Amino acid sequence: MQTTILYIGRDTEITIVMNRLLNARPEWKGICVCTDEEAISVFNEQSIDLVLLGNGINHECEQALKSKFDSIKPGIKIIQHYGGGSGLLYGEIMTAMN
Amino acid sequence: MSQFILYKGNTRGHANHGWLDAHHSFSFANYYNPERMNFGVLRVLNDDLIDGGMGFGAHPHDNMEIITIPLAGAIAHKDSMGNTAEIKAGEIQVMSAGTGVSHSEFNALADVQLNLLQIWLFPNKKNVTPRYDQRALDVAARHNNFQQILSPNSEDDNVWIHQDAWFSLGKFDESFETEYKIKKAGNGVYAFVINGEVTIDGQTLSRRDAIGIWDTDQISFKANTADAEVLLMDVQMEL
Repeated sequence: MQTTILYIGRDTEITIVMNRLLNARPEWKGICVCTDEEAISVFNEQSIDLVLLGNGINHECEQALKSKFDSIKPGIKIIQHYGGGSGLLYGEIMTAMN
Repeated sequence: MSQFILYKGNTRGHANHGWLDAHHSFSFANYYNPERMNFGVLRVLNDDLIDGGMGFGAHPHDNMEIITIPLAGAIAHKDSMGNTAEIKAGEIQVMSAGTGVSHSEFNALADVQLNLLQIWLFPNKKNVTPRYDQRALDVAARHNNFQQILSPNSEDDNVWIHQDAWFSLGKFDESFETEYKIKKAGNGVYAFVINGEVTIDGQTLSRRDAIGIWDTDQISFKANTADAEVLLMDVQMEL
């Protein structure tokens, strides 16, 4: 079963890399965006299993996103993605989903 | 009462990519062990052997304090902040990835294998402005001494990072004994044996073994062999 993952980060280059990494594994479907508006739109339209918060999201935006996502899908898993690449990604997702 | 956890060198994650022979002390890339995720804010300790001229092309990082210590050979580094540098054994490099940085790392030499330790710590502040530094260390100053090579304080010698962490390197004569006092209440120490055999708080450790100790304010140390070399990472235990 495929896990659908929404990644939000402000750095375009990192977002492109994250899109490639998340969609390289058949068990994951990654949707990667840079703005909160895009993120909320995607979250409304698709069934997201996990949200990864990437770089550059300030505290206020983080709290607003968490609140919005939780109101749409109570209990949705939202975690911080550190590192910006493949090093920690698998461990973060495995830990969150298990 | 102090607590500890042993990490034997031969239980580390291992990935041999041909040009890269990597040992991971904690879960990294395709190595996943839920029991080995971190020691406090210490999240990554990779022990990489990289063939001559080979390396990692440009790739991004964010929100991570990245410390690189070459043990043998030299690294050719280039990053999106405009830094182009070579870091040799006896030096240390630090990068605060913050809001995002891209860099490449290659073995700078064509015919000598590069051995490096790459260490990632969670930062104490997210989205900082990316920064880079490297320093040549006074290798003689670590003879029978834990030489501080990293701290949270920009005024200290050597490098600093955005985290309440202190790193020390020591190279010891056989039978030399000492104690290490933890720098901040609540921190723990992750001791990684680079070479030789040592005894730390009564536990005998060989080359590439490690021990994590917490709930204490100091550790005891004894070198059992003439070539004992240890990296101490004094880190915050709370994430």
